[in-house]
Amino acid sequence: MIQDVNVKALKKNAFRQSKVRGETASRVRVPGGLVSAKSMARIVEIAEEFGNGEIFLTNRQGVEIPGIRLEDVPKVNALLQQIIEDTQINQEDTAHGYLASGTRNVVACPGKRLCPFGCYDTTAFAQRMDHEIFPNNRHVKVAFTGCSNDCAHVALNDFGIIGMTEPQYDPTRCIGCGQCVNWCQRRSVSALRLVNDKVVRDEDRCIGCGVCVVYCPTRAWTRSPEHYFRLKIMGRTGKQNPRLAEDWLRWVDEDSIVKIVKNTYAFIEEYINPDAPEGKEHIGYIVDRVGFDEFCKWVLKDVELPEKCERATRVYWGGKRYDRENDLR
Amino acid sequence: MGYVLDKEGLNRTLDALSEDFLLYAPVRKVGEGRFTDVDVVRYDFVRSVDDIELDAKSDYSFKEILTPLSQTLFYFTEDEVHEAGGLGAPGSPAGTADDRPVIVFLRACDLHAVRRLDQMYLGNGPTDTFYARIRDRVRFALLGCDHAFASCFCLDMGTNVAPEGWLFSLDRAGEGFACSVADDALAPAFAANAQGEKDVTPAHVTENEVHVRVPSKVPNSIYKDPLWDEYDSRCIECGRCCIVCPTCTCFTMQDVFYTDNGRVGERRRVQASCMIDGYTDVAGGASYRKKAGERMRFKVLHKVWDFRQRFGYDMCVGCGRCDDVCPEYISFAAIVNKLTDACECEEAKDE
Repeated sequence: MIQDVNVKALKKNAFRQSKVRGETASRVRVPGGLVSAKSMARIVEIAEEFGNGEIFLTNRQGVEIPGIRLEDVPKVNALLQQIIEDTQINQEDTAHGYLASGTRNVVACPGKRLCPFGCYDTTAFAQRMDHEIFPNNRHVKVAFTGCSNDCAHVALNDFGIIGMTEPQYDPTRCIGCGQCVNWCQRRSVSALRLVNDKVVRDEDRCIGCGVCVVYCPTRAWTRSPEHYFRLKIMGRTGKQNPRLAEDWLRWVDEDSIVKIVKNTYAFIEEYINPDAPEGKEHIGYIVDRVGFDEFCKWVLKDVELPEKCERATRVYWGGKRYDRENDLR
Repeated sequence: MGYVLDKEGLNRTLDALSEDFLLYAPVRKVGEGRFTDVDVVRYDFVRSVDDIELDAKSDYSFKEILTPLSQTLFYFTEDEVHEAGGLGAPGSPAGTADDRPVIVFLRACDLHAVRRLDQMYLGNGPTDTFYARIRDRVRFALLGCDHAFASCFCLDMGTNVAPEGWLFSLDRAGEGFACSVADDALAPAFAANAQGEKDVTPAHVTENEVHVRVPSKVPNSIYKDPLWDEYDSRCIECGRCCIVCPTCTCFTMQDVFYTDNGRVGERRRVQASCMIDGYTDVAGGASYRKKAGERMRFKVLHKVWDFRQRFGYDMCVGCGRCDDVCPEYISFAAIVNKLTDACECEEAKDE
């Protein structure tokens, strides 16, 4: 049998090149990490009919169906269509499976839909973001987490979005029990203290996690009607210089974040290393090369940050430079 | 006399009543709940029926008007004391300048709870003048209950039918409302705006899902019964059960000295809870009931035994708010039943 396969096209079609000759794995996209039971059942059907009966759960909340014969790719794509529609992937083509794989699955913790500490609807924001940036071949990683616990590990992404609430304090409902002070210290950042049996919040230290609101027995603490976010940027794993994303904006709004991430694609097109393997380069390396100010110029185009938003004028990252030294100290 | 009113008619009636009264009722506070985008229903001043949450049980009770969460009693300087006026929070409609009486909209169980609060503050030794000052200004309107909520056990506590003492009642009736007016002085305000007159009986609960058996006799040995032990680890001592309870009356005092001038300040009293750490701290640093299980024992016995020993009836009114609010899913109703089982078991042993 002649097997003549365009592997580059295969990869862009969201199939992995397997080390097993003749086989591939289908990478099912699950924006926000929420999949219907029906789609899950279809994934199982594909795995049983065309795969080897096994399913990988990926680190980015997607699903990979291994053991698919390369010649079955069109049939698998046909079956994927219902899942693509069910997960509301933003593409009109209905015959060829996923149209890109570069922009990775948008990750989200369960957020306010499930978690008592979640400060916003992570799933909905992740789905909105996916709709805005996919399909696209550029290698961009975006993740959403409901609060500063960062269960979704957004600090390992190009854009990590952390939910914030601005605690609202009604002293007339406060009995001075001190539970918010205690729990802020035990679970968060010690931003509260009692003065004259009422609570004083250190606004600079407060990270907007909402722990005080959760533990207040009287509703003296409530959440702000507005949902706010902390935007961390340019986190990455990898061989050369893995590093955690750092804070760039805080108390920022949803629309600004969407614009910033969308603007990033033009920045990448302009400055990506033409020799980058498979056209993939972590955005952070581009920022390192062209400078933070240039990055800001591109991604803040037409963005009007709200008055409340605080912005770091310059962001510095840590992380070991393995391309320079590999010593164990 | 009973009246049938449409919404506009009821609102005109409430407008008329507002000339002589402030209105205080359960209000849905959108997004002000514990969790993101979750509402809370708690009491506040209202102007129209649109402001009132008629269908859900209030998470926090009406008692916040009678025993405010935080109440300044008086202000002091070096040689003078000035008693704080008004009721409710500073700046609220019931601030110092406004001395209209307040009509509190509440359900049958809560009106039974008023009797418990009165008992503790007015009929348990000397009158509490700060309580009496507010209480004198408070009247009641009865919200009918055409069904019980999931955690209610009013029937077993004998509080499903309202006692006397309400001025008028309010029930939904189809698209409109039905009011029974017990206070003749208010009848004209209703008559002028009603669609018609009709015999109205406020709805009351006739069936509960939850059933509670209170102990008829509690032996002293229950003090050391292992039934309390599980709460040492299950209970987080947050005291939400007491804060939402319409009959919990405990308070503590805060003497505050203004920071700019350490000899001027105010005395506040704030609600307290026997479940919250520090409640039994005494001079010298000792503390009784250190363990959560011991605190639970104290609270439960107060609600369904000790209060009865002094006043002849139980403190708990079976509203079930404590069960609704507990983050650890500790059910007060379940504890009472466990207590009663343990008491009966002890009694059987003695016989």
